[in-house]
Amino acid sequence: MLTILFDGIAYGMLLFVLACGLAVTLGLMNFINLAHGAFAMAGGYVTVLAMSRLNVPFLLCLPLAFLVSALLGAILERTLYKRVYGQSHLNQVLFSIGLTFMATAAVDYFMGSQQQFLQLPEWLSGRSEIAGVGIGHYRLFVIAICVVLVVALQLILSKTRFGSRLRAAVDDPRAASGLGININLVFLSTFAFGSGLAGLGGALGADLLGLDPTFPLKFMIYFLVVVAVGGTSSITGPLLASLLLGIADVAGKYYIPTMGAFIIYCVMIVTLMLRPQGLFARAGGK
Amino acid sequence: MAVATQAPVQEGAAAPSALRALGARWSRIRPFEIAFWVVAIGAAFVLPRGFLLLNELAILALFAVSLDLILGYAGIVSLGHAAFFGLGAYCAALLAKHFGMDPVLGLLISAAISALLGLVTSVLVMRGSDLTRLMVTLGVALILYELANKLDWLTGGADGLTGVTMVPLFGKFEFDLFGRTAYLYSIVVLAILFFIARAIVRSPFGMSLQVVRQNPLRAAAMGVAVNRRRAAVYTLAAAYAGVAGALLAQTTGFASLDVLDFHRSADVMLMLVIGGAGYLYGGIIGAVIFKFMQDWLSGITPQYWQFWIGLLLVVIVVVGHEKLVRPWTWFRRGHGGKQ
Repeated sequence: MLTILFDGIAYGMLLFVLACGLAVTLGLMNFINLAHGAFAMAGGYVTVLAMSRLNVPFLLCLPLAFLVSALLGAILERTLYKRVYGQSHLNQVLFSIGLTFMATAAVDYFMGSQQQFLQLPEWLSGRSEIAGVGIGHYRLFVIAICVVLVVALQLILSKTRFGSRLRAAVDDPRAASGLGININLVFLSTFAFGSGLAGLGGALGADLLGLDPTFPLKFMIYFLVVVAVGGTSSITGPLLASLLLGIADVAGKYYIPTMGAFIIYCVMIVTLMLRPQGLFARAGGK
Repeated sequence: MAVATQAPVQEGAAAPSALRALGARWSRIRPFEIAFWVVAIGAAFVLPRGFLLLNELAILALFAVSLDLILGYAGIVSLGHAAFFGLGAYCAALLAKHFGMDPVLGLLISAAISALLGLVTSVLVMRGSDLTRLMVTLGVALILYELANKLDWLTGGADGLTGVTMVPLFGKFEFDLFGRTAYLYSIVVLAILFFIARAIVRSPFGMSLQVVRQNPLRAAAMGVAVNRRRAAVYTLAAAYAGVAGALLAQTTGFASLDVLDFHRSADVMLMLVIGGAGYLYGGIIGAVIFKFMQDWLSGITPQYWQFWIGLLLVVIVVVGHEKLVRPWTWFRRGHGGKQ
């Protein structure tokens, strides 16, 4: 029972790292980026490649995955995404689905369609029993990293100057740019950072979620659920939403395996019906 | 945003006959339309083979037309239109397998069931933003996919529903191996439904849909029941998609999870975008281009044709559909700058 809770939390934390970049881009530019999973996949593949081909240690791979995905995000933002911001939601959806298809096919071409496996270092692969709760070391590691990230993100958002600029831009881009905030720069850095986080999540999740070319499509719905249920105005919303989702998904698959992912979809639809703006939306937002 | 303008509707009341004449001119069937349908239906009697492809084309076209109804006319962005397509397909296959039902009757029942699902889920697309709608439609499609996957006693699960034998059409016309009957059947259904859709979107109801799409707030202020219009067109589109799915199941004698898959929803959206949304023929044109492109690309790179489809989507959006279909504007500096 507690083990399931623990696994669920680890899973939820991972989802949060994967999806929080999406929450920010959606909140900031009102841009529906269905290709977010592609950045996560990039991070995962970078890790797998670096570890198997170049023998880079796992801990070093994580920042590497972050950097590569962030760079990729920055390049794509400057070259492609910025042309699509002002367009209709339909176009944004088409554009990002197109990108996802391209990423999927390209990875398939270069890496093959089979699932990639990550050789975890020994000190992470064990499992120990603490007070009757089976705790996987790797999951504990994931939770620890994610907690650090959440705290860091929260501090950045609430304490630094960049954080306040970002929040201002999310709340009202026009007024913010009128106050001399360079929205483009804020958005570029946020997009790159969000992509980087996705990459980091992909690297961390390569072992737990499974990594193959269909990754962006398979988890697209999960990211969207997190964002839609959690709202885009803070990071607490997506965090709670992803924890909820993670626990519900793990528990659902454990107790009623025949129902599969069914419960998640139903919960999502019901939630969206009752609170179209998300569970944790702040009143008075746009 | 909501600037009040003097609605020109008032003038219409003063000159109803002029308005009616305008409407008549607007909805008149043009010669090239007649030519197109004559060629399409005539192909069934003239061509020696290639009916399997044509049949698929007709079905995809119907599917795209159905998406056009909600996307092009009502402005509902749906990522889960395959839900209705798949439901129709499974319904038709099951009806044929267990009851040996006449195809046309099976088609009607499948359409009715899909429409019912559309009516029920239309509640879901009325609220919230584009993102909410996107997710809810996607969610509905995923739920159906999971259902079809898990209920393997009914649907055959991942193996698909096999052993569907169709009884002859009207008890007379056998579905032959070359697909001539199948194609004729599909194209006639497409033509009938197309002209019904054409009549609907050119009716006052269709006009009000466009008003709803362009500005829901103002539409409501003008006395259009926004939600009811959306529900109606969503139900209609669901029925259309159900018919398309049913046609596929009936003419191929097979239904598998593929009909509910996400790529169906994405593909049909792509077709509509290639052909252009909002004038019905866009769906047909898009389906033809898409299918030929898919065949051609998967001939060159069997496994990776998705890459090129993706590239096409990105190019369409980044360059703009308007510009892409008008090559003579490529080297002109934008029309007096971007709006």
